[in-house]
Amino acid sequence: MENKNKPEPDKTIEADNDRKIANSSKDHIPGWGIDANPENDPTYPMKHWNGADHQRFNYEKPVQQPIDVEILHSTERPGVSRVFGTSTPPSGLSGMIRRFAFKYSESTYLHWVPLVLADRINVVEGYIDDLAHGIIPNPFAERGWPAEWKYNRKSLVTKVAVGVAITAAVVVFLNQKNKKTKKLFS
Amino acid sequence: MLAMNFRGPFRVRADRNRPMPEIKHPQDAIVRVTRSCICGSDLHLYHGLVPDTRVGMTFGHEFTGVVEELGPGVQNLKVGDHVMVPFNIACGVCPFCQQQLFGNCHESNPQATAVAGIFGYSHTAGGYDGGQAEYVRVPYANVGPTIIPDGMDLDDAVLLTDVVPTGYQAAEMGGIQKGDTVVVFGAGPVGIMAAKCAWLFGAGRVIVIDHIEYRLEFVKQYAQCEAYNFKELGDVVEFLKRTTGWYGADVCIDAVGCDAAGDAFQSLVGRKLPLTGGAATALHWAINSVKKGGIVSIVGVYGPLDTLVPIGNVVNKGITIRANQASVKRLLPILIDHVMSGRLNPKAIISHRLPLEEVAEGYHIFSAKRDNCIKPVLIPPRANA
Ligand SMILES: NC(=O)c1ccc[n+]([C@@H]2O[C@H](COP(=O)([O-])OP(=O)(O)OC[C@H]3O[C@@H](n4cnc5c(N)ncnc54)[C@H](O)[C@@H]3O)[C@@H](O)[C@H]2O)c1
Ligand SMILES: [Zn+2]
Ligand SMILES: [Zn+2]
Repeated sequence: MENKNKPEPDKTIEADNDRKIANSSKDHIPGWGIDANPENDPTYPMKHWNGADHQRFNYEKPVQQPIDVEILHSTERPGVSRVFGTSTPPSGLSGMIRRFAFKYSESTYLHWVPLVLADRINVVEGYIDDLAHGIIPNPFAERGWPAEWKYNRKSLVTKVAVGVAITAAVVVFLNQKNKKTKKLFS
Repeated sequence: MLAMNFRGPFRVRADRNRPMPEIKHPQDAIVRVTRSCICGSDLHLYHGLVPDTRVGMTFGHEFTGVVEELGPGVQNLKVGDHVMVPFNIACGVCPFCQQQLFGNCHESNPQATAVAGIFGYSHTAGGYDGGQAEYVRVPYANVGPTIIPDGMDLDDAVLLTDVVPTGYQAAEMGGIQKGDTVVVFGAGPVGIMAAKCAWLFGAGRVIVIDHIEYRLEFVKQYAQCEAYNFKELGDVVEFLKRTTGWYGADVCIDAVGCDAAGDAFQSLVGRKLPLTGGAATALHWAINSVKKGGIVSIVGVYGPLDTLVPIGNVVNKGITIRANQASVKRLLPILIDHVMSGRLNPKAIISHRLPLEEVAEGYHIFSAKRDNCIKPVLIPPRANA
């Protein structure tokens, strides 16, 4: 049974009401529009204002690209855009995090921070995926270090030398510590 | 086919086993790439600063190519046409496109409403594989791709897909009046072009700020302007006040974006952690060194998170901020004319030509500013097929 006491839902937030409200009579507002000045348009010349904004999205749209891969869409629009990219659909753990992120609007940290986290996890997934496909990732080549060798050899050599020195120092230190502990217990 | 493959921050490779792109929509075209640049915007992806940049994606939004295949809904092109492809993916019919805001199309990016689809620019910009490849899918091919005029150099054409329109629009948004002192932050390809274009709008004085000596030297010659190293200036804002008679610049342009150097705190929270939309050091300087009632034009790219800028000074000084992704298609007619008439000579900024196979070196050289790099262009093996 219908509840007669339930108040009418507020329709003002419905998408199709915006233009009805805007186009309704303003006779009750003294001086409505008296100072309107079309010249006052700081968006010109980048934007060529033609009133289309006030039609909202009521125009003939291109046909929809078939949605044959998983496409996440912003909560700030009702659906997927008429065309979209089909690169790298969400997958694995990073994909799960991305799906979570897309529950929140572009205006929230809950949208963007998980996406950044997903990107970092995706890097590890990338390594695993490479290995699964028999590709041994080559971080030196991928970081463009051959170019560093060509144009910045001195600093590259220093970097590598420092790296080697630190590793060697750590190894020596751990060895000595090992010997000492052994002595203590022997 | 051969294409760039993103593996994570600072790691990319040329991959021979990428799938060929296919027609997915009646208005699609498949283009065989003939030139493809690496952009300062790609560096934001490369440095891991743009959320939802997925491993396995192909970057590249500045490219020219030959039309190989067309969907049934494309009337404005034919197979064999050699085209430059604007970096914005635009439907041409939404209210934003209708009003020339081709960089703000509403029907090309499901993942975010704040930015239109851009080729090879993360899922935040639509999830499209880009043009650092042998072939690329070009949606809405009736709208963006523009036939390269007879006699135009390919190297000029490829720079008309982003760098030239972006530099030009940076100056245009500055609302430059004859005699204005214009300060451009950033002497990368975009800042260099903004400085050059500022003269076309009648600037009286053009000052470029950066900290990379070879770029400052280059822009001084190329754009016939003044150029200063912010590392040698001490307080940049104070310097700019002094050199404008303590008035402030008439117009300031941010052509740096989220990878800005020069402030340890901004770099920590904007680039290292990153907790904000990027290091806003240049934008901070722009706001503080423009005159009261002045204009700040922003083309530098920032992430979607909140960014640290002195907004109180924007209010108190009555600053007008104008910003956008460049609307490439809107500007192409006038810019083609400027290039063909010799008023602009974009190809002179290309410092490196690399085969697509060396894409990893290309990114490193451009990112680390090796070998006096200003603008690298990649040439796919089938460019001359
Ligand atoms: N809005 C658009 O449509 C659009 C299009 C293309 C590029 N962009 C953006 O424009 C910006 C510049 O692009 P680019 O290709 O020239 O990049 P780039 O990285 O080659 O150049 C940036 C320059 O800024 C300098 N810099 C760093 N910190 C600075 C500071 N605090 N003050 C002054 N200079 C500083 C760097 O040394 C570098 O030379 C990027 O953010 C890019 O994403 C925007
Ligand atoms: Zn670009
Ligand atoms: Zn559109």
